[in-house]
Amino acid sequence: MTALLDVRGLVVTFPAPGSGLRRKRVHALSGVDLTLGRGHTHGLVGESGSGKSTLARCVLGLQRPDDGSVLFDGTEIVGLRGSALRDIRRRIQPVFQDPLGSLDPRWTVGRSVRESLDAYGVGSPPDRERRVRELLDLVGLSPDHADRHPVQLSGGQRQRVGIAAALASGPDLIVADEPVSALDVSVQAQILNLMARLQRDLGVAFLFVSHDLSVVEHVSDEVSVMYLGKIVETADRADLFANPVHPYTRALLDAVPIPEPDARLVHVPLSGDIPSPIDPPSGCRFHPRCPLRVDSCSRERPALTPVGTLNSADHTPHLVACPVVLPARP
Amino acid sequence: MTAKSIPAGVTAVVRAFFWLPRSARAGVLILVVLVIVTLLAPLIAPHDPNAIDPTRVLAGPDLGHPFGADALGRDVFSRTVYALRTSLAIVFASVAVASLAALPLGTAAGYFGGWVDQVISRPLDMLLVLPALLLAITLIAIVGPGSIVAALAIALIYLPILARVQRAASLVVAHAGFVEGGRARGWSSFAVLRRHVVPNALGPLLVQAAILAGFAVQIEASLSFLGLGTQPPTPSLGLMLSEGRDVLTQAPWVEIFPGLAIAVIVLAFNLLGDGLRHRLDPQGMVS
Amino acid sequence: MLQIDDVRVRIPVKGGRWVEAVGGVTLAVGSGEIVGLVGESGCGKSTLGGAVMGLLPSGSQLSGQVLLDGRDLRGLTAEEYRQVRGNDIALVSQDPSASLDPTFAVGAQVAEAIRNHRDISRRAAREQAVELLRAVGIPDPAARYSDPPHRFSGGMKQRVVIAAALANDPSVLIADEPTTALDVTIQAQILHLLRDLTVRTGTGVLLITHDLGVVAQVCDRIAVMYAGQVVEQGTVRDVFADPLHPYTRALLDSQPAAHHRSGDLPVILGQVPDLTHPPAGCRFAARCARVHDRCTTAPPVVETQGGGRVACWLHDALPPVAQEVS
Repeated sequence: MTALLDVRGLVVTFPAPGSGLRRKRVHALSGVDLTLGRGHTHGLVGESGSGKSTLARCVLGLQRPDDGSVLFDGTEIVGLRGSALRDIRRRIQPVFQDPLGSLDPRWTVGRSVRESLDAYGVGSPPDRERRVRELLDLVGLSPDHADRHPVQLSGGQRQRVGIAAALASGPDLIVADEPVSALDVSVQAQILNLMARLQRDLGVAFLFVSHDLSVVEHVSDEVSVMYLGKIVETADRADLFANPVHPYTRALLDAVPIPEPDARLVHVPLSGDIPSPIDPPSGCRFHPRCPLRVDSCSRERPALTPVGTLNSADHTPHLVACPVVLPARP
Repeated sequence: MTAKSIPAGVTAVVRAFFWLPRSARAGVLILVVLVIVTLLAPLIAPHDPNAIDPTRVLAGPDLGHPFGADALGRDVFSRTVYALRTSLAIVFASVAVASLAALPLGTAAGYFGGWVDQVISRPLDMLLVLPALLLAITLIAIVGPGSIVAALAIALIYLPILARVQRAASLVVAHAGFVEGGRARGWSSFAVLRRHVVPNALGPLLVQAAILAGFAVQIEASLSFLGLGTQPPTPSLGLMLSEGRDVLTQAPWVEIFPGLAIAVIVLAFNLLGDGLRHRLDPQGMVS
Repeated sequence: MLQIDDVRVRIPVKGGRWVEAVGGVTLAVGSGEIVGLVGESGCGKSTLGGAVMGLLPSGSQLSGQVLLDGRDLRGLTAEEYRQVRGNDIALVSQDPSASLDPTFAVGAQVAEAIRNHRDISRRAAREQAVELLRAVGIPDPAARYSDPPHRFSGGMKQRVVIAAALANDPSVLIADEPTTALDVTIQAQILHLLRDLTVRTGTGVLLITHDLGVVAQVCDRIAVMYAGQVVEQGTVRDVFADPLHPYTRALLDSQPAAHHRSGDLPVILGQVPDLTHPPAGCRFAARCARVHDRCTTAPPVVETQGGGRVACWLHDALPPVAQEVS
C-alpha cells in the first residue's frame, strides 16, 4: 500500500489570543505523524484543543506548519506556493462542519458547486453547468437545486451541496472536518451513507475529523486518537475499538454515552479538565489526568510505538504513545 | 412595456428600492428630489444667487422671493438651491472618497490580521482619537480653505471610522467556511477577497456611510460657518448660516431656510441609514 | 412534581399563520426522577421546556395544563411566574457562558440566585453559595467564589450554572441540552453530577436532548417527540429494549454506534411535516414504513405493559404487552 498522504513530525503553534510583547503561544500540534492509504478513510478523533482541525487545515494547505512535512502522493505540500499549490489543491478538497457557513449565502447552489471548475477553467460554461447537474445528481439532489440559495435548503441538503462542491475538481482526498456534527441523527445517517457510497464508487480517500467516536467508528478504516496536539494511539478501526490501549483512548471510549441503558457508566471515566494548549503539561500531555501515570510520565515524552501481535503485514500497525503499555482487553 | 425590455440595471434599482423598509424609501425619495433640485438649479432658481440688490436688503418673503432676501439683497431661495448643490457635492464626494479608501484598508486589516492589521489599524486609530474638527482645521491650515479641501477633510475624519467598520465585518466573514473553501477550491487570496469577503462584508460599511453622510452635512456647515470651507460668494448651507447669524433677529428667514435644508438632508440620510442597518447589519456592527 | 397535561403551543409566524410547535403533550416528571425528552431539531422539545418555564415567544398561545406540585402555572402573572422560576423550577441551558454574567464573580451569581427568592443575609447567602459550589464539584470553592466566569472552563461553568439552578431546592429542573456544548469526557462528568444530585436532593429533571446515548445513560424514563407530539414514552429500559413506535425504532436504528460498519445506516426518508398545517392523522405517517389507512386519522394512545404509552395504530388491537415488531 503506497500512502496517499504521509504526515511526518508536524508542529504548529499560534500566538495566543491577547496582546503584549511576550505573547504565549498555543501549541496546536506538537509532532504529529499520520498515514492515509488511497481510497481509505482515516478517522481523527479528539476533544477541544486536541489539534485535529489544525491538522486538517495543514493537509489542505490552509495552515503553514512551523515544522514537519505533509507528503501528498509523493509531493511535499508544506511551503508550496502559487500554481504548484493550486495544482495540488485540486486533488485535496474540504468538507466543513457547518453546512450553512461553508456556503456563501449570496451565491446560488450551482455557483458554489461550480467554484473549483471556475477556478481551474474546466471546460466551457455550458460544460460546467452540465457538470454541476451531474454532481448534484451524484449527491442525491435534483438539478433545480442549482438555482436555490443555501437558506432555502435543509441542513442535510446543504451538506450534500458541500460534498458536491468538494467533488467537482475530482479529488483523491476529501478532508472532512466534523461533517455531520451539526446534523440530526437521521440526517447524519443519510450523509454518512452518501460518503460511504462515494468512496466505493469514486475511490476517494477521506480524512475524517470528528469528536464523535461512534461516527468515527462507523466510517473509518483506521483511527487516530489525538490529545492536546499529539496522537496518542493509531490503529485499525476494529483493533482500536476492540483493544484500546492508551489510557486516554480507554477513558474516551468509556465516556461516550452509548444508547444502551444496561451499559450505564458506574463511575466518571476521567476527572479534571482538559488542560489549555497554551501551557500544555510537560512530558506526556495526558499525565495530569491519567489514572496509570508513573513518575517518568511528567518528564519523558512518549513516542508512538507498535504494540500487540494482532497485526499482520497488511494491517496498519497498532501504535501507542504510552510507556506503561497495557495488556489488550479480553 | 414587458419586464424583459427594461434594462437589467433599472430593474435592479427598482428591486433595491422596494427591498428597503418604508422609512428608508422616504429617505431615498427626499434625497432624489434634492439631487434633482441641485441638478436643475439654474432652471429652478428664479434669480442669480450672487446678484446683489441694494433695494432688497433683508426684504421679507414674497411671491417672487419665497425665502426673502439676505443682507446684500440676494435672493435666499436661489442661494439655498445653489448651496444645496455645493453642500451635497461635498457630502457625496467626502463619503465616497472615505468609503473607497476604507474598503481595501479595512478588508485587508480584517482578513489578513496580524502585522497587516497592525500596520493599517494603528495609524487609523491615531486619526480616530484626534477631535474631528481639529483634524479638519489642521488640514485646512496646511492646504488652505475651499470646497475640495473641506471634502477631503471630512473624508479624513470618516476614513478611520469606516475602515474600522469594514475591518470588523471582514473579520467575521474571514472565518466563514466558504472563505477558506474558496482558497481550497483553487482561488488566490485576492480572488477570495473579491468574490467572497467584500460582497459579504459590505453591508455594515454602506450603513455606516449613509449615517455618516448625514453628519457630513453638519461638518461641512461647521467648516463653512468658521470660514474654513466653501469660500464666498459661492453659496453653501454652512456659509449661509454664518451670514444669517448676524441678522437673525431682524430677518430670521436668512437663517431658517438653509437651516431647514440641513435638517432635511440629515433626516433623509438617517432614514436611509437606519433602513439599511435594518436590512444589512442585523448583528449591529455599526454603533 | 411536574405534570404536563395535553399542552399545545401555537407560535405566530409571518403572514398571520401559526405553527403548532407542541401539539398536545402529556408528560410527568416525578421527584428524584430524570425524564429524557428526546427528538430531532424542530420537534418542539425546547418549546415544551419554554412552556413549562413560562418563557414562550411573545404572542404564543398555550393551552392545556402545566401543574407544578398541583398548582396550575398557566394562570400566573408575570411577577408570580418570576417567583416560581428559580425557586420551584429552574433552567440549565446549553451554553453556560450565556447563562452567566461575564462581569460578576461566579459565587456572587449563585448567592444572588439564593437572595432573589429568600430573605437571608449576604453572609449566609455566601456561605450557602460556597456549599453549592462544593456540591457541584468546583475544587476549592471558597477561593473560586470571587473568580469571574472566564476563569472557568466550559464544564466548570456548567457546574456553576447547575449550582445556581439548584440554589433554592427547586422541585423540577429543566435541563435543555446541558452537555451538548461540552467535550465527551466533560459531558460524562456533568451527567454523573446530574444523576448524583437528583438522588441526593429529590429534584425531578426534565432532560431535553437530541442524544439517545445521554438518555440511556442517565434517564429513568424517556419521552420521544416527533413534530410536536410525544409518540412514545416509557421507562428507558423498556423503550430501548423494545421500541414500539416506528419513529423511535428508526431513531435508534440510525445511531452509528449500533452498526459497526455493517453497510449503510438505516435512514428515515422524507421531511418533517409543515407544522403550519399539521397533518390530520399521525404526524409520522408520511415517512413511516408501516403506514396504513387508519394512520390518516389521529393515532390512538395505547398504554403499554410497563406503564408507558405509544401513539400508534400498530398497537391498538394488540394486547398491551411488549410485542416484537418485526
